[in-house]
Amino acid sequence: MWRYVGRRLVLAVPTLLGASIIVFAMVHLAPGDPIAAILPVDASKEQIEDIKKVYGFDKPLPVQYLKWLGRVVQGDLGKSIATRRAVILDVRDSLANSLVLALSSSVLAFGAGIALGLLAAFRQGRALDKIASAMAVIGVSVPHYWAGIILIIIFSVQLGWLPAMGASSDGGLVGYLRHMTLPTIALALIPLGVIARVTRSAALDILNQEFVLALRAKGLAQRRVFAHVVKNAAPQIITVLGLQFGFQLGGSVLVEAVFSWPGTGYLLNLAIFQRDMPVLQGVILVLATFFVLLNLLVDVLQTYIDPRIARH
Amino acid sequence: MTRFIGFLVVAGLSLALASGASAEGTLRIGMTAADIPYTGGQPDNGFEGFRFVGYQVYEPLINWDLTQSDKLPALVPGLAESWEVSKADPKKWIFKLRKNVKFHDGSPFNADAVVFTFESVKNKQAPHYDTYGGAQVGWRLAALKAIKKVDDFTIEIETPTVSSFVPYQVVYMLIVSPTQWGKVKDWRKFAEQPSGTGPFKVVRFVPRERLELEANRAYWDPKRMPKVDKVVLLPMPEPTTRLAALRSGQVDWIEVPPPDSIQQLKGAGFQIVTNKYPHNWGHILRLDKEPWNNKLVRKAANYAIDRVGICKNLLNDTCVPGTGVAYKGHPWFGNPKEIYEYNPAKSKELLKQAGFDGTTKRPARAVALISTSGSGQMLPLAMNELVQKNLKDVGIDVDLQPIEWNSLTQRFRAGFTGENAGVNALNISFNFVEPFSAFGRFFHSKSVPPASVNIMPFVNPESDRLLDEAEKTFDLAKQDAILAKVHELVVDEAPWIFVVHDLNPRAMTPKVKGFVPPQSWFIDLTQVSVAK
Repeated sequence: MWRYVGRRLVLAVPTLLGASIIVFAMVHLAPGDPIAAILPVDASKEQIEDIKKVYGFDKPLPVQYLKWLGRVVQGDLGKSIATRRAVILDVRDSLANSLVLALSSSVLAFGAGIALGLLAAFRQGRALDKIASAMAVIGVSVPHYWAGIILIIIFSVQLGWLPAMGASSDGGLVGYLRHMTLPTIALALIPLGVIARVTRSAALDILNQEFVLALRAKGLAQRRVFAHVVKNAAPQIITVLGLQFGFQLGGSVLVEAVFSWPGTGYLLNLAIFQRDMPVLQGVILVLATFFVLLNLLVDVLQTYIDPRIARH
Repeated sequence: MTRFIGFLVVAGLSLALASGASAEGTLRIGMTAADIPYTGGQPDNGFEGFRFVGYQVYEPLINWDLTQSDKLPALVPGLAESWEVSKADPKKWIFKLRKNVKFHDGSPFNADAVVFTFESVKNKQAPHYDTYGGAQVGWRLAALKAIKKVDDFTIEIETPTVSSFVPYQVVYMLIVSPTQWGKVKDWRKFAEQPSGTGPFKVVRFVPRERLELEANRAYWDPKRMPKVDKVVLLPMPEPTTRLAALRSGQVDWIEVPPPDSIQQLKGAGFQIVTNKYPHNWGHILRLDKEPWNNKLVRKAANYAIDRVGICKNLLNDTCVPGTGVAYKGHPWFGNPKEIYEYNPAKSKELLKQAGFDGTTKRPARAVALISTSGSGQMLPLAMNELVQKNLKDVGIDVDLQPIEWNSLTQRFRAGFTGENAGVNALNISFNFVEPFSAFGRFFHSKSVPPASVNIMPFVNPESDRLLDEAEKTFDLAKQDAILAKVHELVVDEAPWIFVVHDLNPRAMTPKVKGFVPPQSWFIDLTQVSVAK
C-alpha cells in the first residue's frame, strides 16, 4: 500500500513538471504583453525596459523558466505584476475562497446527486426515475454561468434576498454565507447532474447482477440489499466524486466571474486579461498539484474499498 | 430526506432575513477597473486610478476645480497656494506651498515632501525610486527637469525648455508622505498603508476585492470636507456584474452601466448621470500609405459616418457625435472649415474627386485593428460594425481585425510597423485633458515614435509651429486660441476618422445626492452624500 502511494507520488513529479512547462510556454506564446497591461500607452521605451528588468522579462524564455522553477522549488511563486504582492498570498486567499465554494457545492451536489441517482435506480422506469433523470439532464446541460445570471436576476434583483456579487466579509460569517449561497447553487448544478447519472447507472449495473438476485432470494430486506448495492457501486462513484471535486476547484472560472467571487477562477480570469504571468503560472501550478493529489487520494480510497485495484 | 429539505429551507430563509444593512453615510462604488488601482501614490489603471484613488487619497500641488458641470475645470491652488514663472529665467517656476497641511500619518507637508515625491518618480538613483509609479506618471512630467527646495514652503521647478504647460503636468504628480515611506521603506508596503494629504484616507485594503476610504477629518480645506464618512470602492470589470450589484442594492453607484440597461434603470428610479468630458473615440489612420495618404479619402470617410445614429440607436444617448479631437463648446474647438456631418452624397463626391467612383474603383482595402473590449473603448465591436457599414455604403471597404484589448495597446505602441505593417487604421480611445495629451503627442513631428505616439505619422510644419508657440504662451486665453488653430488644422487634415465623444454614464440610486458631473475624467467625491 505505502509502496503504491510512494510510486504514485514519484510519478507526480514529472506530471507537474510537464504541466508547468506547458503553462509557461502557453502564457508566453499568447499575444499580448504583461507590461502593456500595467503601463500607459505613452510610457517611454526606457521605462518599459526598466519594468521588464524588474520582473526578469528581459531574459530568454528558457532562462526565465529555470529561474522561475528554481524559486518555485523553494516555495516562492514570485510577485504579481499587477498588484506587486507575493503570488503565494494571492493564491492562498483565492484558494481559500475557492475551496469553500468547492466544498459547499460538492456537499450539495454529492448529496443531492447520489440521492437522486439511487432513487432513480431503485425506481427504474417509474415516474420518480423519469423526474430524477430529467433533473440530472438539466443539471448537466444548463450552462452554469447562465444559471448563475438567472439566479442573480431572481434572488438578488427581483426578490432582493441575497447579494449578487463578491464575498464581502462585511457581515461576518452570516454575510459570507449569504454571499456564497448563489454561487454554491450555480456551481453544484453540473456535478449534481453528472453524479446522479453515474450513480444511477452504477447502481443499475449492480442491481442487475446475479448476487443481488441471490440476496433477494435469500429473503434479505430491501434495506440490506440497498446497502450491498451501494457498497459495490461505491468505487465507481468515488472516482467520479474525486474528479468532480477537482473540477469544482479549478473549473469555476465562469461562475466566479459571474458572481465576482474572489477565488482561483476569478483570479485566473483577471490574470489572463492582465497578462499577469507570475499569477497565472502560480495558480495553475497549485491547481495542477491539487488535481494530482486528489487523484492519488481517490486511488488510495478505491484501493482501500476494493483491494483488487492495487494488484492491477 | 424531508427533514433535510426542511433544514435547507430554514437555513435559506434565515440567511435571507439576516440582511446586511450598510453603515450610514457610506458611499459604495462599483468601478470598471479590473483591480484596485495602485495606492502607492502615482496610480495605475489610467485615469480611473486618478479618479477614485489618486485624487481622493493624495493631492498634487495644483488641483482641478471639479465643482461645475457647464465649463471645463480650471486649475486651482492645491498643495501650492500660488505659482509663477520667473521673469528673469522663464525656465524656472516658483511654487509657494501651503502651510499647516498634514499627511494622514500626522507628519507635516512641506518642500521636502515635494522633492521626495519628485525623486521617487523621476530619479532612478534615488534610494526611494518607485520603478512602477515612475513608469505610470514619469512621461506625464516631461517638462519637469528638476525640483529644488528654496525654503520649507517654497520650491523651484526647472524645465528643459520654456514651457507654459508646467501647471498641466504638475496636476499629475501626487505628493506622498516621506515619513510614512521611511517607516516601511518599500513601495508595496507603502501601498498597503498609504499616506497622502487628500480628503480621504485608506483604512482597509483587500487586494483585488475592495478599498475602503474614510473621511480625513483633518483635511485642510473646509469647503471640501467630505460629506460621507466612508467610501467603498469595488472593482467590477463585468458590466452585468455592476448592473446586478446596483440593482440588488450592494452598491450605490456604478460606472458605465451597459447602454441597453439605461431605459430600464431610469424606469426603476435610478439616476443616470452623464456629461461631456475630454474623451475621443475614433480611428487613427496610417498617413503614409494608401488609401489614407489621400486627404480627400480621409474627408470622405469622415462624411460617411452616421454619428447621431451610433449615439442614439446603439448607445442610448451615452455619447455625442465627434467631429474633431475636441467637441463643440470646448475652448480648443475653434472654428473648423469642415463640420463632419452625416453626408453620404458629399462623401461619394469627395471619393470621385480622389479618383474612386465607389463601385468599380474603390479605395484599396483598408485594414483596421479594433479591440473586443477595453478601458474607454465603449462597445467597440458593435460600433465598429456600424462604422464599417457606413464606409462600405459610400464605397470604402474596411476589413476589421478584432483583437483583445491588451494586445491592441501593445500593437498601438508598436505603430504601423512590424506585425502591424499590413494595418492602416487603429481604433483606440483617448483623453484630451491637457495640450500634450490632446495635440502634442499626436500632431507634433517630434512625437514620432519612439519619442511618443504620433504613429500615423502626422508631420505638418504649421502644426509644429503652432504647438511650439502654444507652449511658449503663458497667457492661458491666448494659448487656448493658438490650440484652437491647431485643432482647426487637424480637423481639416482629418488624420483620424472622428466618431464620438463618450458621455461617461454613471448610474446611482436615488439616495446619492450632490454629485456634479464635471467635464473631466476626474470627480470630486467630497460633495457627495448618501441619504438614509
